Amino acid sequence: MRKQIASNKRKSVVLVAFAVLFAAGVGYLIGYLIGGGSTSVAITALTIALIISIISSWVSYLYGDKIVLSTSHARAVTPQEEPRLHNVVEGLALAAGLPKPAVYVVPEQAPNAFATGRDPEHSSVAVTQGLLDMMDRVELEGVIGHEMSHVRDRDILLGTIVATLVGMVVLMAEFLLRWMFWGGMGRRNNSNEGGNGFAILAIVGLVLAILTPLIAQIIKLAMSRGREYLADAEGAMLTRYPPGLASALRKVAGDTTPMKTANNATAHLWLNQPSRTPGEEPHWWEAMFSTHPPIQERIRRLEEM
Amino acid sequence: MIAVWIVVGVVVLALLYGVLAYNHLVRLRVNVDNAWSQIDVQLRRRYDLIPNLIESVKGYAAHEREVFEDVTQARSQAEAASGVADQATAENQVSRSLRQLLAVAENYPELKANQNFLALQEELTGTESKIAYARQFYNDEVAALNTRIQSFPSSVIARMGRFAPREFFEIDEPAKGPVRVQF
Repeated sequence: MRKQIASNKRKSVVLVAFAVLFAAGVGYLIGYLIGGGSTSVAITALTIALIISIISSWVSYLYGDKIVLSTSHARAVTPQEEPRLHNVVEGLALAAGLPKPAVYVVPEQAPNAFATGRDPEHSSVAVTQGLLDMMDRVELEGVIGHEMSHVRDRDILLGTIVATLVGMVVLMAEFLLRWMFWGGMGRRNNSNEGGNGFAILAIVGLVLAILTPLIAQIIKLAMSRGREYLADAEGAMLTRYPPGLASALRKVAGDTTPMKTANNATAHLWLNQPSRTPGEEPHWWEAMFSTHPPIQERIRRLEEM
Repeated sequence: MIAVWIVVGVVVLALLYGVLAYNHLVRLRVNVDNAWSQIDVQLRRRYDLIPNLIESVKGYAAHEREVFEDVTQARSQAEAASGVADQATAENQVSRSLRQLLAVAENYPELKANQNFLALQEELTGTESKIAYARQFYNDEVAALNTRIQSFPSSVIARMGRFAPREFFEIDEPAKGPVRVQF
């Protein structure tokens, strides 16, 4: 457990360093192209990229949980609104010897849940409305036990940073693409700038083409399947009752309701891989970002405990 | 001369170990105290629920006086209890009498449909499972402390620092399902 915490902290630092360096590299490249080969422009762009990426890493460390929660449309609920959920969360926090996380509900009918935050003192647990409606107390305890293990092991720190960094890259890519279509291409009458615009478009397209599978790979490396099994096992140890989580996972596996807010940036945080398409098989685009072990295998392992 | 240095080295290492082991024991003891205070918070929450629960059942089943008296008596005994073992015995009595109270409530369909009663019942179930979870954590912490106190060589430091092993908090658990797995 302590090893897991240390490993997650280390991975988070490496990931942020990698992201900052990568942003600096892209900044340099873009500056070089815009400036038409001028080193001073390239250096300026590199500095700007460095500052932006450092600030955004800091923001994703401090406010990543808020960002993830709001992109999932999660709503904080009071103990009066959801007494059972609050009681279960508080109970498992006691079992883990951690402070009670903030409690959120996501207005989705698919049964799912996630935890986020940078450490146990700043953590949140979110469950979907569908999960609340579907699970009895023992099953809910199983699910929350799993999430509480993610909190204790600092999986939430790494997961949240991954989610916000990936989200930012996606945003940045969209922004660049748009900028190129409406800004870069608009000044085509100037033959020199038009040529640059085309070069930038080509480069960004290339960067995106390389980046997307690379990002998917990084998420997979960072959020290895092993940690889901580990959280299942540790969660079962907190509740002292593996059949609870097993039964919850069986219900999750049997439900094929799609999730509207599912996206590749946050998919790895959820209890089970969320999907925007109905049915058992995820879309190939989502399958590329698949970070969860097969749910049947998770159920089997829980049943063997 | 070398012999002197070796002796000095050994003494310094032993002292260093002693300080570290002592601090570790202190930390474990603080953990146990904290874990106990978490149990205490939950036990108190249950005491606070009892009068409300009795009131709401009384509204429908005023004549079940014996059950109310049992619960009230068990509650005041539990509040007066001191020491881990005494507390456990008293709390078991509270749990048993509460179970009787709820069994009585089962006979009154109107009561079972009462929103206020349902909310209190959820609070009670929630609090009892929190007591169970807090107990689980406390017992784990006690096990860590006791192991440290009894195993060599930290046992030497424990004896010098007068660290006493703590008692486990043994109470009846609310049943979860047909199978309970012990780790």
